[in-house]
Amino acid sequence: MNFRPARPLTKLVRLAFASAFVLSLSVTGLHAQDWFKTETSSGVSNIRIAVADFKAASANDPQTIPLKRTFDTTLYNDLANAGIFDMVSKSMLPQVTPGAPGEINLAQWGAAPTSAAMVAFGAFGSSGGRLTVSGFLFDAKNAQFPQVLAKQYNEDANDDMARQIAHRFADEIIFRLGGGVAGIAETKIYYVKIAGGNKEIWAMDYDGANQHAVTHLGTVSISPRISPDNSRIAFSSLGRDGFQIKMYSLLLNRVVNFPAAGGTNLSPAWAPNGRDIAFSSSRTGDPEIWIADSNGGGTHRVTSFRGPDVSPVFNPKTGSQIAWISGRTGLPQLYVMDTDGSAVTRMTDGGYATSPSWSPNGQFLTFAWDRKYGPGAPGGQDIYVMEVATKRWIQLTHDIGRCDFPSWSPDGRHIVFANAPGGRASSTRIVSMLSDGTGRHTLTEASSDMPNWSWK
Amino acid sequence: MNVSQARHRRALAIFAVVAALSAITGCHKKDKAVNPSSLGPMPAAPAAAPTATLSADPVTVDLGQSVVLNWRTQNATTVTIDGVGEVPVNGTQTVSPSTSTNFHLTAKGDGGSTEANVRVTVRVPAAPSAPSDSGDMGSEAAFHQNVQDVFFDYDSYDLRPDAQTSAQTAATYLNAHSAIKIVIGGYCDERGSAEYNLALGENRANSAKTALVNAGVAATRIRVISYGKEKQFCTEQNESCWQQNRRAQFSMDR
Repeated sequence: MNFRPARPLTKLVRLAFASAFVLSLSVTGLHAQDWFKTETSSGVSNIRIAVADFKAASANDPQTIPLKRTFDTTLYNDLANAGIFDMVSKSMLPQVTPGAPGEINLAQWGAAPTSAAMVAFGAFGSSGGRLTVSGFLFDAKNAQFPQVLAKQYNEDANDDMARQIAHRFADEIIFRLGGGVAGIAETKIYYVKIAGGNKEIWAMDYDGANQHAVTHLGTVSISPRISPDNSRIAFSSLGRDGFQIKMYSLLLNRVVNFPAAGGTNLSPAWAPNGRDIAFSSSRTGDPEIWIADSNGGGTHRVTSFRGPDVSPVFNPKTGSQIAWISGRTGLPQLYVMDTDGSAVTRMTDGGYATSPSWSPNGQFLTFAWDRKYGPGAPGGQDIYVMEVATKRWIQLTHDIGRCDFPSWSPDGRHIVFANAPGGRASSTRIVSMLSDGTGRHTLTEASSDMPNWSWK
Repeated sequence: MNVSQARHRRALAIFAVVAALSAITGCHKKDKAVNPSSLGPMPAAPAAAPTATLSADPVTVDLGQSVVLNWRTQNATTVTIDGVGEVPVNGTQTVSPSTSTNFHLTAKGDGGSTEANVRVTVRVPAAPSAPSDSGDMGSEAAFHQNVQDVFFDYDSYDLRPDAQTSAQTAATYLNAHSAIKIVIGGYCDERGSAEYNLALGENRANSAKTALVNAGVAATRIRVISYGKEKQFCTEQNESCWQQNRRAQFSMDR
């Protein structure tokens, strides 16, 4: 028996492998197509910015160095998290710390390896219990008139203010370079902290710093929603007669009056006018969506279908639409309607959908969706973004465990959500990411849930 | 009245019957012996004492059934039965007593008065259709034995057949103890979203409440609270634990 020569055979095999590989590539390519571009990565290439360590002024004050370290780290992280910059890594920076416009050699920063388009630098000093910071943003390509920003800050000398100054300066840079959309470095996230059998409302900075308790009610309090003017938090709390809507004033630092009603009242949501609240109430027997003003007056019902209706959210751009979750057809689905209850439109086509949040530009809804939900089916709940006008959607999280309660940032570039990697409720922590699913940061440790991003 | 008195009266009644019977037979004997033509004008004899008998048919009945009272009197001009009023000297009367009753007949005549009694026993069924109310709340153990939690299917708030029967038994017990107020807690298993599960728990508790109200329990006695998945009965991640958590729980409202 004659063997055919091996060479043509391996050629054939190689060809087969190659075609199979290409085929599989194109198949995975199809999957990759559904990662559509949201604002952070659409068209315009990111601005390459170099952030220098600030020069230490008044170095003899012992507080300067540690506070400056806090400031430098915070400034770098704020700009890196913004989602619109290509950060020059610290190792590529020139080994100089210019503290004033006269001290910087722009050519050095614009040349390789730094190749920066923008440079942020300045001086940081602590003396007599006060911080003095001067920050500059220079255009490295414009040698004649390089100055874009020049800012001065003067605050108490402590770690918190060092961070706040960094946040403010970063926001200025982002606002100037990010097309007029305000930065989020000074925004806050309100969330639920699980402590034993109780749940309380906590607050933290958008980057996870400064976590502290807001309520001390000693019961189960959930669904915190901050008002558009940052003055009040609406939430739902378990009392003797079930869950009631409660209002906490951040100006008075205590719970203020909100009328209680029968049934289960939960998931409050603010209208962009700062006056109206939508919520779910079962005071007439079946949980329906109601609207009241923030003092509890003018209460009227908006939905009237059999089945649980919860988690309303207003369109923050127009205030004239509400998205919510309804179980009127069985498993909960996402719906949109006008605030007077008309034009009810179903958005999801199956699975188990919950916890919608509407993007600040009014175009997108983010929500938690399990598309293969059911007894026996492996549940996988992920964060999705859907375009309201077309109902096209993309999946943002994959295989990181159960995800829920997404909330848009006010710049529309970030989403914060709760993630339970182990599947158990006690392992839930809060994670933020860019609204295309990249750039995930864990903000808290376990036992934190239901985050809500402030409006400004 | 106590047992010995009743027995005494019964003995009296029997004695009266016997006496009346012998009196009647005695009369018969007298008639046979005397030749009516030999008698002179009748002397004015002293008035005879009245006699009375009272019987009931049937003596034992179920609640709601009727009883026929039957009485005969002799030498009586006025006959009354307690609870009925004045009656003819001989007659029958249909009555429907609601509880066991002693019917007491009084016959008055020129020669005096006499009494007759008969006791009618009414069987009251022990079933809940009787509004007889113990007035107290019963014990906690008895409550939990009769009023049991109902369980639900996955993502559902409709009562299954086993839950329907459970609710019926609960309603029966609650109707018999109208002093009890209850609170129904609605619960869900740990899968799914906290907010949606609170609404689902509410619907589950309301389903249970509707079943009780339809069986006759007053709605004002029932309070409903939803806990969603906030308070779990068990924490294992398997179907048997999840089924344990999908429930409407009944407890006494204090």
